[in-house]
Amino acid sequence: MDEEYDVIVLGTGLTECVLSGLLSVEGKKVLHMDRNDYYGGDSASLNLTQLYRKFRPDLSPPAELGRDRDYAVDLIPKFIIASGELTKILVHTDVTRYLEFKQIAGSFVYRDGKISKVPSNEVEALKSPLMGLFEKRRAKKFFEFLQGWKDEDPATHQGLDLDKDTMQTVYNKFGLEPGTQDFIGHAMALYLTDDYKTKPARPTYERIVLYTSSMARYGKSPYIYPLYGLGELPQSFARLSAIYGGTYMLDKAIDEIVTDADGKFIGVRSGNETVKAKQVVGDPSYFGAGKQTDGKVRVVEEGKVVRAICILKHPIPGTEDSDSAQVIIPQNQVGRKNDIYIACVSSTHNVCAKEVYIAIVSTIVETDKPELEINPGLQLLGTIHDKFVSISSLYTPTAPGTDDNIFITRSYDATSHFETVVEDVHDVWQRVVGKDLVLKKREDIEAQA
Amino acid sequence: MSKQFQFKLVLLGESAVGKSSLVLRFVKDQFDDYRESTIGAAFLTQTVTLEDGTSVKFEIWDTAGQERYKSLAPMYYRNANCAVVVYDITQSASLEKARSWIRELQRQADPSIIIALCGNKSDLAARRQVSEEEARKYAEEEGLMWGETSAKSGEGVTEIFTEIAKKLPKNAPAAGRGGPGRTGAGARSGVDLNKQANAQGEQNEQCNC
Ligand SMILES: Cc1cc2nc3c(=O)[nH]c(=O)nc-3n(C[C@H](O)[C@H](O)[C@H](O)COP(=O)(O)OP(=O)(O)OC[C@H]3O[C@@H](n4cnc5c(N)ncnc54)[C@H](O)[C@@H]3O)c2cc1C
Ligand SMILES: Nc1nc2c(ncn2[C@@H]2O[C@H](COP(=O)(O)OP(=O)(O)OP(=O)(O)O)[C@@H](O)[C@H]2O)c(=O)[nH]1
Ligand SMILES: [Mg+2]
Repeated sequence: MDEEYDVIVLGTGLTECVLSGLLSVEGKKVLHMDRNDYYGGDSASLNLTQLYRKFRPDLSPPAELGRDRDYAVDLIPKFIIASGELTKILVHTDVTRYLEFKQIAGSFVYRDGKISKVPSNEVEALKSPLMGLFEKRRAKKFFEFLQGWKDEDPATHQGLDLDKDTMQTVYNKFGLEPGTQDFIGHAMALYLTDDYKTKPARPTYERIVLYTSSMARYGKSPYIYPLYGLGELPQSFARLSAIYGGTYMLDKAIDEIVTDADGKFIGVRSGNETVKAKQVVGDPSYFGAGKQTDGKVRVVEEGKVVRAICILKHPIPGTEDSDSAQVIIPQNQVGRKNDIYIACVSSTHNVCAKEVYIAIVSTIVETDKPELEINPGLQLLGTIHDKFVSISSLYTPTAPGTDDNIFITRSYDATSHFETVVEDVHDVWQRVVGKDLVLKKREDIEAQA
Repeated sequence: MSKQFQFKLVLLGESAVGKSSLVLRFVKDQFDDYRESTIGAAFLTQTVTLEDGTSVKFEIWDTAGQERYKSLAPMYYRNANCAVVVYDITQSASLEKARSWIRELQRQADPSIIIALCGNKSDLAARRQVSEEEARKYAEEEGLMWGETSAKSGEGVTEIFTEIAKKLPKNAPAAGRGGPGRTGAGARSGVDLNKQANAQGEQNEQCNC
């Protein structure tokens, strides 16, 4: 361990692994460490033994759940948006060769006490109980407006300005009912709160376009999911990093972030060895997780998320027996500020034994009784065979790292997809490397070499 | 049309025993005396045609050094149909390492995985520390295939891969047994991200390094 590295990366969560992979491809000498003996950090997928070790250290998994190795239970519930930024990174780095993806079978939304499918094509839209006949016509006009929008052609603007007018103004222009607004803002634009309505319409416009283009890509839902669980994603980027010379050490205690008199990063101490590097990138758990370390608060808590991993022996009722689904409970529907999400996958995705379904119910914590807050979600699941509840803090770094060469990533938020993870990757990259991340296709990189 | 099968083959063994060199010899019939520890290329395919006309395509995974500090990802050996565990005949410690990989495979891998123990660097027989008898006896006891190779001269390399190809079960449909083919677009049962992204569609099937 007396070598010196360009970058030490701490934690093998998806954000860190994508960064590690991209940094190695860029030619940096990377040492990647994790305190756990498995890949994935907070974005790991665990087998039953690991799941029990984490949540119920005194018990061993019941035999009736089946073979340990058949399980890969995600710790964070997220899906990949088919046309989103993570897909771009997967394709550009060519790590798709290590992975296999399946569609998520359907996206559903809760309305007036029951769940309905988010229409995935015009035929479904016409049949959908989510809107009345007249509202369907108004919604059609609204979607045609979005589809037809061209920045350079004022004739397509219908008097609206996406950069100045709020989303509420746009809804009002088309006379959309509040229920429809809920549906569009939460089930399509995937906003967790209603704050977007009072802001300029463009980001919402972009999110709806992303949703519809993702939906169009494979047909059933806008989401795809890797076989064997989300934990495959960090592993595949770690392999990319290793192929480009990255060194991997799991199961390594990280005892100290060593800095000089000016607080600048020197190295990482594990036991009585210190490895030196120019820069360090890591997840918040390696930097105090909200507490002071070495006299500094490096990350602060921004909020909390409650997540309940539920083991079911049946598909979620009302989802047409889908092998996988997302169910969104818009905040308005249950008198909350933040939406409740349910993400469900099953043996179709090689994440659990046959006839088992894993549903994760999650939301941003608003009260001091977080477990009660997810009840509207739990109630939709039918009989819950077993349940593992966790409350995680969302940490964000207090400093950009450009002064002390300590670059800290953000916790995995409550959104249902990876778009904010990719934003964080771009953001950290910009600070670490000093320029914007430009994705190159791997063939091109090698053609240059 | 004769039958085509695809199998995932993983390489295991201590650093510098010649894992990557073996693959390079097998796939490109090349050798490099000053080969650096594996960087850059770690995913190759090669097809072996058997006497009966059956062709067996190997999707070959090299460790990329992640085994060095016991940090190999489960993804690496997921769905592996066969494993080549390599030692260096001039380093008896490398056989010990090979034994521990084999124990790990026997514990964790699918019971039907085919394991070949491979004594590499047979061109350096003058410096031999591991006798043929010792290795063969161990392999027989454990029910493994065994052979000596020289990635440098090429001796025994095609033979060991061909022997594996013969032994692999060929009772499943073309894409290989159970395990998803993760190379060519055609082998996938799920969605193919590349297909939609590049207009050209067709993926380079030969050498993906
Ligand atoms: C050397 C080694 C080290 C490992 N170390 C770890 C580790 O550190 N941590 C860890 O979590 N895992 C480890 N594993 C386990 C590895 O991750 C498992 O092999 C993997 O999780 C199982 O893959 P799977 O669930 O995709 O297999 P499956 O999909 O269940 O099976 C793989 C193949 O076997 C076939 N198959 C499945 N079940 C049967 C059956 N009952 N009879 C016949 N064929 C069957 C399938 O058709 C498929 O082709 C290790 C494996 C190996 C080989
Ligand atoms: N004489 C001789 N040298 C060999 C042979 N095979 C490999 N080597 C040399 O051994 C060294 C290591 O070979 P690699 O193929 O890089 O070994 P590896 O097992 O892939 O090593 P890692 O990637 O570090 O795990 C190189 O210098 C090769 O040239 C062989 O059959 N004979
Ligand atoms: Mg190698």
